[in-house]
Amino acid sequence: MLEGQITTEVILAAEGVSKSFGSVAVLFSVGFDLRKGEVHALIGENGAGKSTLMKILSGLHQPTSGTVKLDGQKIDLPPFGQAEDLGVVLIHQELNLAEQLTVEENVFLGREMVNGLLLNRKEMEEKVQFYLDELGADISPRDRICDLSIAEKQMVEIVKAMSRDARVLIMDEPTAVLTDTETQLLFNQIEKLKNKGVAIIFSSHKLSEIKQIADRVTVMRDGQWIATKQTEALTLDAMAQLMVGRELSKLYPPKNEVDVDAEVVLEVKNLYTDYVKNISFQLRKGQILGFSGLVGSGRTAVFEAICGLGEIRSGEVFLHGKKTRLHSVAQARDAGVAYLTKDRKEKGLLLNQKMQPNLTLLALPNFVKNFLMDDKAEQRATARGIRRFDIRARDRNITAGDMSGGNQQKLLLAKIMEINPKIVIIDEPTRGIDVGTKQQIYSFIAALAADGMSVVVISSEMPEIIGICHEVVVMYSGRIQGILQGAEINESEIVRYASGLREAS
Amino acid sequence: MAEIELNEVDKKSKKGMLSKLDFKTLGPFIAMIVLFIFGYLINDAFINSGNLSNILTRSSFIGIIAVGATFVITAGGIDLSVGSMAAFISGIMILVMNELKTVMEPGLMIIFAGVAISVVLGVVAGFINGFLTTKGKIEAFIVTLGSMGIYRSLVTYSADGGTISLDREVRAIYRPVYYEDLFGIPIPVLVFVAVAIIGYILLNKTVFGRHCFAIGSNENVAKYSAVNVDITRIKTYILQGICVSIATIIYVPRLGSASAQTGTLWELEAIAAVIIGGTMLKGGYGRIWGTVMGALILTMIGNILNLTDLISNYLNGAVQGVIIVVAVYLQRGDWKKKK
Repeated sequence: MLEGQITTEVILAAEGVSKSFGSVAVLFSVGFDLRKGEVHALIGENGAGKSTLMKILSGLHQPTSGTVKLDGQKIDLPPFGQAEDLGVVLIHQELNLAEQLTVEENVFLGREMVNGLLLNRKEMEEKVQFYLDELGADISPRDRICDLSIAEKQMVEIVKAMSRDARVLIMDEPTAVLTDTETQLLFNQIEKLKNKGVAIIFSSHKLSEIKQIADRVTVMRDGQWIATKQTEALTLDAMAQLMVGRELSKLYPPKNEVDVDAEVVLEVKNLYTDYVKNISFQLRKGQILGFSGLVGSGRTAVFEAICGLGEIRSGEVFLHGKKTRLHSVAQARDAGVAYLTKDRKEKGLLLNQKMQPNLTLLALPNFVKNFLMDDKAEQRATARGIRRFDIRARDRNITAGDMSGGNQQKLLLAKIMEINPKIVIIDEPTRGIDVGTKQQIYSFIAALAADGMSVVVISSEMPEIIGICHEVVVMYSGRIQGILQGAEINESEIVRYASGLREAS
Repeated sequence: MAEIELNEVDKKSKKGMLSKLDFKTLGPFIAMIVLFIFGYLINDAFINSGNLSNILTRSSFIGIIAVGATFVITAGGIDLSVGSMAAFISGIMILVMNELKTVMEPGLMIIFAGVAISVVLGVVAGFINGFLTTKGKIEAFIVTLGSMGIYRSLVTYSADGGTISLDREVRAIYRPVYYEDLFGIPIPVLVFVAVAIIGYILLNKTVFGRHCFAIGSNENVAKYSAVNVDITRIKTYILQGICVSIATIIYVPRLGSASAQTGTLWELEAIAAVIIGGTMLKGGYGRIWGTVMGALILTMIGNILNLTDLISNYLNGAVQGVIIVVAVYLQRGDWKKKK
């Protein structure tokens, strides 16, 4: 809107759009425009109003005031995703696919091609195959969605959008769950769509990605439009500053070095499971050990096996020097080992329950008095957790599902801390979380380690591995490819190991 | 992300004092009071103590079974076999007591033996249901549909298609368990109250109850939070079995017989009571007091229809059906919100 190239054709625009839910205003007279064939990034902290704006632009929400224009014409976008018929397609962060159906069935769901009364499967499959080829996606129209990886599911969503002749594709944090390689693949696809004239709105917390893919960037903060600029005109720091509206102090806390002779609290020797081979590593007291690698390289599988969530085929696990085999989460808990899942919504929190039952669930035996639940102790724990991890919920009786991603993550941290663990394994500690909360979580992790706890951080975000870990294990296709220390912990080194280009000597 | 935070605000603003008293919690109570007043208006006889105690006594069978069902359903399961399980246990109980009478003097010992057999059968039957659903990984609906058919036909078989009757002398000793009062309250009602109180404590005040909620909400989360999902599930089915056995213990002295018709449709009435009470059919949330109210409501409907000529008694099922659907509709809570 502020740029000089007025000649560029605007496809979709919001003018003075405000939105309130009940009495709470969440968008304040926001302006936004999207040009043909551009990638327009939408950035801002959690709660800035990005998702709401995206939903208004795709008709899922109706603005309280202000107008939405499609091709320069004022339009009331129809609700319930019918705007897709107009070529405006929103891809949700939590993908919207029927898990048990095939790729082809999903793509044509609701508008199946028919021959008389029967489905014209052949033609639909051919079309889907055509789009898949065009995107360079290595999946078959006959694959079932539940057998696909998240990245592949996202491709299916894109194919779905293409098959609807989408002119505007709105993607809400598409890269949040992707590895770097998968992200690059997605970006290639976005490039292709862009060259075909599709306009793309894209939100992400990963600023370097924005820098790479976006033509223009719109920054939002607290429901307000802050700025729209050409990407070249912004440095990463400038973006971050516009987002938070204040100078970002350093994102990562200073690293405390670990004593060379600190006790080895966890040692794994030649561990084999169905998914990983010959895993050996050591974790010392007070150490933050990173596990890097592509999604699917077996990082999670290693620790699920150690924590009793998966089968161990062979190998040895030593806890504090004693050979141990944990067979269940309960045993892991009693041994002081806590695993914090990357899947907050499916494995981490009971979304329909309040904070308190979530917080105490893992450590429940600690809250029993005379065989009955000790409600007072639970309340104290909740208050403690909220304070310690700065959980910002307006109401303690809020259900976990209504909390923001950042607060959910903090609640999860508080939950596993209730067992006073010696070893904490955190899988993707900052997935889908805004910069401010990320910074907090990093400082929590650093503080835990400084207190003598040992922390394993599994992460697909390289900067965070580099920023907080003392030592980094890089995995590739079920194996440990290398273990990096000190100055070796840098992006190019990790990439070489993670992509299998280089092997540990 | 932002959206989630908005909802946070959204819900909060609406959840003032008013909705603390919303249908979710108070619905069953309100419905019962309304029915109560309605019953009184229709016929004075409704509130005489004889009738009220009759309602309470009759609702105790379904009520006790429904308390067990509350656990199963809260933990995300379902048990369709309770009606025929009740018939089966009644039948075996009677057969055992009759058999014992041939070798010993009729006395309390025989009754105790019958009661013991009943509890053992309940535990075993519950365990089988639970074991097959968890370790056997067969859906609860299928397992209990199967066991429902099995128990029903076993009763029919044992009764040779007819009725199994309790020995006269034994029944005379056993009879008071259904027909007598203690402190002016019928014994079945006292048992019902005791079961409900124990159930309430188990569900709301113990680790086991919390685990039921967790499993029903999300099995995976429970597993990752050190909950032994299978064992907890099996326990809920065993508890259900025990409740069925308690119900049969007070049911047998009522008629002193069991037949293929005993306990028919009890499973559906029990599930209906649970759902009217506000427990979620898909699991994750359960309320014992709601269940108790649900059982009372179901019995009251039948009773009121008996007392009036306004609606034919034959329409009992229809009225119950309407009440169930309306109750669930009101409890969904989002009926005023458009989604």
